[in-house]
Amino acid sequence: MDWQALALTLKLATVTTAILLAVAIPLAAWLVLGRSRWLAALEAFAALPLVLPPTVLGFFLLVLLGPRTAFGRGITSLLGHPLAFSFSGLVIGSVIYSLPFAVQPLVAGFASIDSSLIDAARLLGASPARIVTTLLVPLARRSLIAAAVLSFLHTMGEFGVVLMLGGDIPGATRTLSIVLYNQVENFDYAAANRTAAILLGLSAIALAAIYLGGRTRGGRRA
Amino acid sequence: MLELAFDARRGSFHLQVECRFASEWTVVFGPSGAGKSTLLRMLAGLELSESSQPQLARVSLDSRLLTDSAQGFRLKPGHRQTTMVAQQSALFPHMSVAANVAYGLGSLDGASRSARVQEMLQLVNAHNLIDRRPRDLSGGEAQRIALARALAPKPRLLLLDEPFSALDGAASDALLARLQDWTSKHRVQTVIATHDATDALATAAEVALLRAGRLAALGPAAEVLAAERQRLQNRLAGQ
Repeated sequence: MDWQALALTLKLATVTTAILLAVAIPLAAWLVLGRSRWLAALEAFAALPLVLPPTVLGFFLLVLLGPRTAFGRGITSLLGHPLAFSFSGLVIGSVIYSLPFAVQPLVAGFASIDSSLIDAARLLGASPARIVTTLLVPLARRSLIAAAVLSFLHTMGEFGVVLMLGGDIPGATRTLSIVLYNQVENFDYAAANRTAAILLGLSAIALAAIYLGGRTRGGRRA
Repeated sequence: MLELAFDARRGSFHLQVECRFASEWTVVFGPSGAGKSTLLRMLAGLELSESSQPQLARVSLDSRLLTDSAQGFRLKPGHRQTTMVAQQSALFPHMSVAANVAYGLGSLDGASRSARVQEMLQLVNAHNLIDRRPRDLSGGEAQRIALARALAPKPRLLLLDEPFSALDGAASDALLARLQDWTSKHRVQTVIATHDATDALATAAEVALLRAGRLAALGPAAEVLAAERQRLQNRLAGQ
């Protein structure tokens, strides 16, 4: 068992999920509360990673963060090392790749809140940030949990982006899905079975937690 | 004094109103679908649906401009010193009654906020409900709390959209009397929308009669609602 890869995978999923929630909560609130005609385009852009092949996304990020672009060269001179083939680069790729898995449950949850509550809060002088923290987040708690769990699991299982952007560097970019790929390539099916079972088990436990959480709160409503 | 001019369309419905509410207490009376709720939302500065954007919207309260579509000016809802109680009480379901009433009191310190909450709950005769959650309230109790929440920031303009529909007649009359005393004392201009003639006649108010989005009459209740009063009297005499 590659414990180093397991630890790295969990670390990547945790950091990615934390960043995603920090980004996705205000973004989803803006998509639901905002009135700009550009929001539909922004929502489509945020959903793009759902349909984009992971290898294509990984390739774009590899080029963008590499020495071929001014942006990549700027980042390299700022950090002292390139983002491609590093843990930080993987985090950026994972955040973009899993963005729709955080944004979409939150948009659905926020949009299901009665608009008369939002109007009441506005009339009482609440700022958009206060509406988000005092109404949207507490009232869409289940959607928030779903967004966190889906982001975490999606990051744990990602392969194409990781391989393109991070390669296979032990301790830095080698995640469990890369380990699984290597084990299959080496015909080590016994080890591959154990790695796959861990990924499957973690996913099943997390999904069961979402559904059980929903039921114990009284029914199937979000 | 509240001055308003609106011109907004939604499908075949056309709201076109231009008038001045000089009285501190104005009843907007009309049948369902006359445009009362739309009028109140526009006064509150709340957005209408995408399909009913106003061609003209101008509101001023005591000469202070709140909305002027010609200048592209619209004070945001929380900056107009205007609060509203809609038909749905819209209490925040995850907060206690006290937290609901205190929601618009962010500028007060803790002690003043707590005292204001107590004062408002006493006013609407709901001080015994302070620790309850909205799910534990009856429809009438929820309307009382929604009213207390709207009064708590001491607005300059109070908008009430069928606010006593879940209260029985005696409770509604008692609350209305207390509310009128309070708004008069604090100089809060009030606009109340109703389709119930008895509610409209219960106060010695200025009445704006709204029919199919147009202002049909504006004046003292006894004059504007003379036909409604006669209808009610005839009904009572016939019983």
